[in-house]
Amino acid sequence: MIVRFNCNGSDVQVDTPPMARLLDVLREDLRLVGSKEGCGEGECGACTVRIDGAPVMSCLVPVAQVDGCRVQTIEGLGSPATHAVQTAMLMFGGAQCGICTPGICMSAAALLEENPHPTAEAVRVALAGNLCRCTGYQKVVDAVCGALAGGAS
Amino acid sequence: MLRCEAEVFRPRTLNDALQMRADMPDATVLAGGTDVMVYLEAGVLKPTRILDLWGCQGLRGLGFADGSQVYGAGLTCTDVLQSVQAHPLLRDAAATVGAVQIQNRATLGGNICNGSPAGDTLPVWLALNAEFELASVRGFRRVPAATFWRGYKQMDLQPDELLVSIHVPAVTGNSHFRKVGTRMAQAISKVIFAGRSVAGREARLAFGAVGPTPMRCAAAEEALVAGAPVDEVVRLLEEEIVPIDDVRSTALYRRKVAGRIVRRWLESLPRG
Repeated sequence: MIVRFNCNGSDVQVDTPPMARLLDVLREDLRLVGSKEGCGEGECGACTVRIDGAPVMSCLVPVAQVDGCRVQTIEGLGSPATHAVQTAMLMFGGAQCGICTPGICMSAAALLEENPHPTAEAVRVALAGNLCRCTGYQKVVDAVCGALAGGAS
Repeated sequence: MLRCEAEVFRPRTLNDALQMRADMPDATVLAGGTDVMVYLEAGVLKPTRILDLWGCQGLRGLGFADGSQVYGAGLTCTDVLQSVQAHPLLRDAAATVGAVQIQNRATLGGNICNGSPAGDTLPVWLALNAEFELASVRGFRRVPAATFWRGYKQMDLQPDELLVSIHVPAVTGNSHFRKVGTRMAQAISKVIFAGRSVAGREARLAFGAVGPTPMRCAAAEEALVAGAPVDEVVRLLEEEIVPIDDVRSTALYRRKVAGRIVRRWLESLPRG
């Protein structure tokens, strides 16, 4: 199946089995390896990307379902300029091993578009689907709360 | 990497979807993928044909008809959370499904037709006296939620039928939803409860994850309507549920928690 979608602002087309996971198409066909595979069953959030703005687990999305959609990955979030949430993650020390970080940035960016000044509780709800096994949650929450609070953007 | 070479059919209209369903009763029905993709990846499902309803029009509405609220089977949990019309019990349940990324894809119909006894939204339909509208090329029929789940993952759903909507009559009373899992998000339930009570007239005590299907506790409901003491209602429901020991919890824990949830809720209600 030829699947056409907009990826990070560019129109792309991929010849792929329709049930291929969006995650694999991004990483293997489009060589966008920023999205990580953690669990492969929608538990961990390392593969989080946005489809038409909404964060999703890309390991659970068959690529046929993004035909005609707008997909954004961590590569698109940081281009052309570093996103405020990425800058904040650096400033606040929000990343340790880094596997969960791209997914966290995608979830956080979606939250900040809806709610530029979230409470810590709102951040924890928005990021509940992103697991960090370095258990660096507090710095992540601080980073997202502070991302648009001043300076970082 | 998922290697699934199944042929995928993507109807745009309900009529097309029903015709395809009639032509291929063996096809796996796909909506938001949050269950099906897991089964495919794990190799427990090996379909040759998939009927993908994600892009099918007319399944994502929320409106009123004949005095009932009508929820499209393709509504996602996020759709429910963003709707001011959705019943508070359903909103509470939708908020506990996975996390944001799952809520953005997981559909009401998918939860119902996956038929897991631990489906987070399922006791809500029992508490609200919901009916499920099933469609096929032969026509439409309605099945009460109370009789839809017949056994473990056994549904009153013919191979040529699709669930198209959920009808909720105008109901009243105090209501309460509670999910108990290992953590707030991304957890499969140990116990789920949805309850509704109209003092002296009607009671619904519906549970998930304490038996082979989502279930109501009829004897405890009758006792509650009759004004029995909370102790008696709790004793009856603890007898009616049939929880098991499994990887997520124990039967003993589930029975204790189920009783405790209902006790706390009933004791918080005005008596009368």
